[in-house]
Amino acid sequence: MPEIFLPIVSRSDPPKPAQRVVIDPITRIEGHLRIEVQVQNGRVTDAWSAATMFRGIEVILKGRDPRNAWLFAQRLCGVCTTVHAICSVRAVENALNISIPDNARIVRNLLEGAQYVQDHVIHFYHLHALDWVDIVSALAADPAKTSDLQRSISSWPNNSPQYFQTVKDRLQKFVNSGQLGLFANGYWGHPAYKLPPEANLMAAAHYLEALDWQREYIKFHAILGGKNPHPQTYLVGGMAIPVDPGSAKAINANTIAQLKSMSTKAIDFVNQVYIPDLLAVASYYKDWASLGAGPGNYMSYGDWPAKQGSAYAWGDQWLPRGVIYSKNISAAPQALDQNKISEYVTRSWYTYTGGDAAAKHPWQGETQPSYTGPQPPFEFLNTDTKYSWLKTPRYNDTPMEVGPLARMLAAYAAGHTQVRQQVSRVLGALGIGPEALFSTLGRVAARGIETLVVAQQMPTWIAELEANLNSGNLAIHNGAKWDPATWPADAMGWGATEAPRGALGHWIHIKNGKIENYQAVVATAWNGSPRDGKGQRGVWEDALIGTPVADPEKPVEVLRTIHSFDPCMACAVHIVDGRGREVTRVRVD
Amino acid sequence: MEPEHDPVEQPPRQDFSRRRFLQLCGMMAATLALPREYAGLIAHALTTAIRPPVVWLEFQDCTGDSESFLREPTLVNLLLDTLSVDYHETLMVPSGRMADKSRADTVKNYKGKYICIVEGAIPAGNGGVYATIGGRTALSIAQEVCSNALATIAVGACASDGGLPGATPNPTGAVGVRDAVPGLGTLISLPGCPVNAYNLTATIVHYLTFNQWPATDSQGRPLFAYGDEIHEHCERHDHYEEERFVLAWGDEGHKQGWCLFRMGCKGPRTNSNCPSAKWNSGTNWPIGAGHGCIGCTTPHFWDRMTPFYRALPDD
Repeated sequence: MPEIFLPIVSRSDPPKPAQRVVIDPITRIEGHLRIEVQVQNGRVTDAWSAATMFRGIEVILKGRDPRNAWLFAQRLCGVCTTVHAICSVRAVENALNISIPDNARIVRNLLEGAQYVQDHVIHFYHLHALDWVDIVSALAADPAKTSDLQRSISSWPNNSPQYFQTVKDRLQKFVNSGQLGLFANGYWGHPAYKLPPEANLMAAAHYLEALDWQREYIKFHAILGGKNPHPQTYLVGGMAIPVDPGSAKAINANTIAQLKSMSTKAIDFVNQVYIPDLLAVASYYKDWASLGAGPGNYMSYGDWPAKQGSAYAWGDQWLPRGVIYSKNISAAPQALDQNKISEYVTRSWYTYTGGDAAAKHPWQGETQPSYTGPQPPFEFLNTDTKYSWLKTPRYNDTPMEVGPLARMLAAYAAGHTQVRQQVSRVLGALGIGPEALFSTLGRVAARGIETLVVAQQMPTWIAELEANLNSGNLAIHNGAKWDPATWPADAMGWGATEAPRGALGHWIHIKNGKIENYQAVVATAWNGSPRDGKGQRGVWEDALIGTPVADPEKPVEVLRTIHSFDPCMACAVHIVDGRGREVTRVRVD
Repeated sequence: MEPEHDPVEQPPRQDFSRRRFLQLCGMMAATLALPREYAGLIAHALTTAIRPPVVWLEFQDCTGDSESFLREPTLVNLLLDTLSVDYHETLMVPSGRMADKSRADTVKNYKGKYICIVEGAIPAGNGGVYATIGGRTALSIAQEVCSNALATIAVGACASDGGLPGATPNPTGAVGVRDAVPGLGTLISLPGCPVNAYNLTATIVHYLTFNQWPATDSQGRPLFAYGDEIHEHCERHDHYEEERFVLAWGDEGHKQGWCLFRMGCKGPRTNSNCPSAKWNSGTNWPIGAGHGCIGCTTPHFWDRMTPFYRALPDD
């Protein structure tokens, strides 16, 4: 991108030199991320994204029983808990050619759907909102006007002036204590905050409500999977929760009734709180529809395996799989070929045998961690060479954005009815055209749209489960290949899932009943990687170019775009060892 | 069933009413094995004028323990009325230098008075380069913040003993707080994968109410939470005694809720209050949902409790 040189305004005002700004830790994400940006004349002119933590989970998986892998893999992330478990069992089932009973398909769909709805709501309110909402300004709000605002956008019953007075009083008491906790040293009063006090108070009230709501809703996972985080219920071949209308210890009619009730409440919350808030906030920030675009290529593996012959199926999934190049949503997405996936380590703290200029497909992948960064404590990374624990995934050597925007665009381009409906509704409400989707604001909108369509789809899957229950179809596990003695000596498989943050793939090689090799290429690696071997920036490195930065000490504008991707760093840096190569043991002194 | 709020008080439906708060203090008393009368004492302790500061550090983690904390019914109270969570990277507003400032201010201004909570393992190998925050190693931050704290609480398996990153072959030299910062005055361990946040809250509540930490075992684990084996209080114990075992996933016994011993349940070797506290405000727990215990409160369970589906020896 060409640098624009602005003319000198006066002889006593020379142009400022470019300034390197470091933001580490990036907070309100999962995991450990460092962003360095070059700022010139108040705008980002270059950016580097660095994952700063590494664990080594694939190395740890080598030699273990593949039936255990999902439990290990699930701990890749506790925010998007469940998705790695699903991906792992799919990889093993793919390798061993195991098909799962219909009830297992449905329960997995429900667990994943519930995860999305809860996770996206938390993201909007507890991770992203405070980039747009000024809590301190809420203290100047008029509760009666806030009530009017609330009633004008939604029929949500918590709307009285007394209610907003109570919230305001509570916040005031908190601020008066002098101990601001999580809100201390925030960027309050920053000129980039645009909401009137009433909108800030309404959002603050919903921040608190959403904390209560998410806790209640995710009991969905505990009902089906024992607990959340980390539901303990997946099995290679199916699920561990039995199905039996005649038993109190299994999914029965009572369970179905509970799930239906929770599902209805979730749709209400999303429809009456999340979406109206999103629209209200977005209406003040329409300038963010032309910031944060990124490379404009999008990829989705698709997900939620559909019932055979169902009306909602796009291919054999509810959300379709496909690739979009150069923002083209006027044609159906292109078919995805997983053989075109590769990973570079050119700018990452790993080495490849034969040199790290070229990329490798996960099945040929290898990872030797090799830290060549500065010795801590350090001020800047060596961004001219290797600077991240993330590898750089590419599809067809092209940077791909993944996540809600990618999924909604793929679905839109494929003609998905509910997605098209909601996209039109949101764009119409904001008075913006579809080109606005390719932006930071577009990502925020896509996430909300996706939450609504997923929440609205959940009753369909509950009904499928109920129908099976009523017709005596009670199978939950296919045990034909549970015993490793039934496995071939050598097997390779691939599992694909769409995690809330985007495309997730696990590749497994099983040899003589043990994991020979395990690889994961995770959503945030696609979005948050460093440059590749050809010098192409990572997706959000690219998206940051042109971002305004009014105050380098309070880079809220940078956070707005980074948060729009909903980074999950622990997932992304799992560590992969394609050959099961023995890693040098590290001595702990 | 009690109404959600007292119509005379007129608190909003979603607000944390006084009655509900007292109810939860009563539950907390039960968790701590105290008589009901202690509920009032607990309630008073949780609403004092100066809120104890908390610095919550995350290192080689998956954020599961923080997410577990978000499931706590008293969360909003804890965040607004009881504690001052001054540093928590997943939730706090500022990033970068201003986030560092929050941490540094608390460590300096409340030296010896703040509670340090650690989530995630700490990589000690190769000079600690495998986890840095703000250009500093996790190891250096842990050493500074834990040693200046009133007490450190290691939440989850990873902070307790290295957890998943510390599993064989431990590529990064990951260790728990005990080994990363030896010699800490007060170090409480709350293992689990993730920690059951109910136990974290109860531990803090105990301290705030009685000005002392709950009694712990030799590993620093509070006895009220980790004193008993799961097997002792398991709802399927009768099935175990009568040898009614699930033999295959989905079989008749599985449907009827029989004992999961033969499917690899590690309950007989695992200390935790899961059978009574359960998960997600008492909604359910793994064994209740048909999958055996994986022994996640046991040190180094990823190595010692695997293979998860192999039955423990009969004895």
